[in-house]
Amino acid sequence: MEQRIQVVAVIGSALLLLVILELVRRRRLLERYALLWLFSAVVLLGLAIWDELLSEVASSIGVATPVNALFFVAFGFVLVLLLHFSLAVSRMADQTKVLAQRLALLEQRQRHADAPGQPDYEAATASERAELERAGRLG
Amino acid sequence: MSTNARYVAVIPAYNESQTLRGVIQSIQTEAPEFDIVVVDDGSTDRSAQIAQRAGVAVLRHPFNLGIGGAVQSGFQYAQENGYDFMAQVDGDGQHRADQLRVLIASMSDDPSIDMVCGSRFLTDSGYPAPISRRTGIHLFSQLLSRIVGQRVSDPTSGFRLYNRRAINLFARDYPHDYPEVEAVLMVHWHRLRMREVPVQMLQRGGGVSSIRSGKSIYYMIKVLLAIFIGMARARPVPEPGEEAPVAAAHGI
Repeated sequence: MEQRIQVVAVIGSALLLLVILELVRRRRLLERYALLWLFSAVVLLGLAIWDELLSEVASSIGVATPVNALFFVAFGFVLVLLLHFSLAVSRMADQTKVLAQRLALLEQRQRHADAPGQPDYEAATASERAELERAGRLG
Repeated sequence: MSTNARYVAVIPAYNESQTLRGVIQSIQTEAPEFDIVVVDDGSTDRSAQIAQRAGVAVLRHPFNLGIGGAVQSGFQYAQENGYDFMAQVDGDGQHRADQLRVLIASMSDDPSIDMVCGSRFLTDSGYPAPISRRTGIHLFSQLLSRIVGQRVSDPTSGFRLYNRRAINLFARDYPHDYPEVEAVLMVHWHRLRMREVPVQMLQRGGGVSSIRSGKSIYYMIKVLLAIFIGMARARPVPEPGEEAPVAAAHGI
């Protein structure tokens, strides 16, 4: 690997690793999501420093230029990370749905307990409330 | 069917203030045995207030979940409140309350039936569907009929009556976006039984269909994908007490 690109690769992946560690330290990034990032950064840093290993990887996967093997590995990590976050987002979307449905059921139950058979006063808008009060149904 | 069976009609509503009052009133007069619950799926208009004024139960989602989430809230309400039968009626006025009798009659006719679907296409009901929508429905109809081994003429119809078994199933797991087609498959996989009956429907009284013409291709691809993925899944939905099929139940 040419020296200049090696220096860039080492600095780049070292910076990535430091940023991730700092984010975890400040609790901006949960460990559960940081693990995959840390693993990616460590592997990339390792390959960037130890260029004999990188050459080995390159020849074993049939890549002529070692630095392209580095890109290849980095791209693989990006794909895995994206999939990981798609899973996380799906899970959260589903959890949000469950929460919204539970909330709606509990609110309805609460309204019913407060005033069975009455239109809901609390959830009504201000003008609705005025109307309801005029009608003498809840005032 | 005992005479004191309890019925609930679920009206999923997303910005249906034009038609909602009429839908509620027609159920109250034409099918008074039904309690009514409106699921306000994060409407930005006065749908929820209209329903509350009409004195029916209202479930208000804090934001829009989509038709699948709205109907599922209805199933959960029916389950929690111990209803024996639940009807699903659109809030746009295209389903006629007097036709609920047809659904009930069909279900009482054969107690082994878990879901009765009102179909526009079993007889010439005079429902004027646009040709593009008819083509899509026809495709789903052919495909579904082949998979489930019984004729399903109107798989996208949301005018349905469910018994307790179906309520319990769908309260646990109901498809997300365009749920009617997939729900037919779920009924089949869980060895529940369904039947179609011819019903009269009206043109929608207002609002927009969840299947807009510009989106219909996207809709078809999505439902087809759901059908095929569903077929490939070894066990589509677990039984109660097992892990849920939903992503929510799993750690990452």
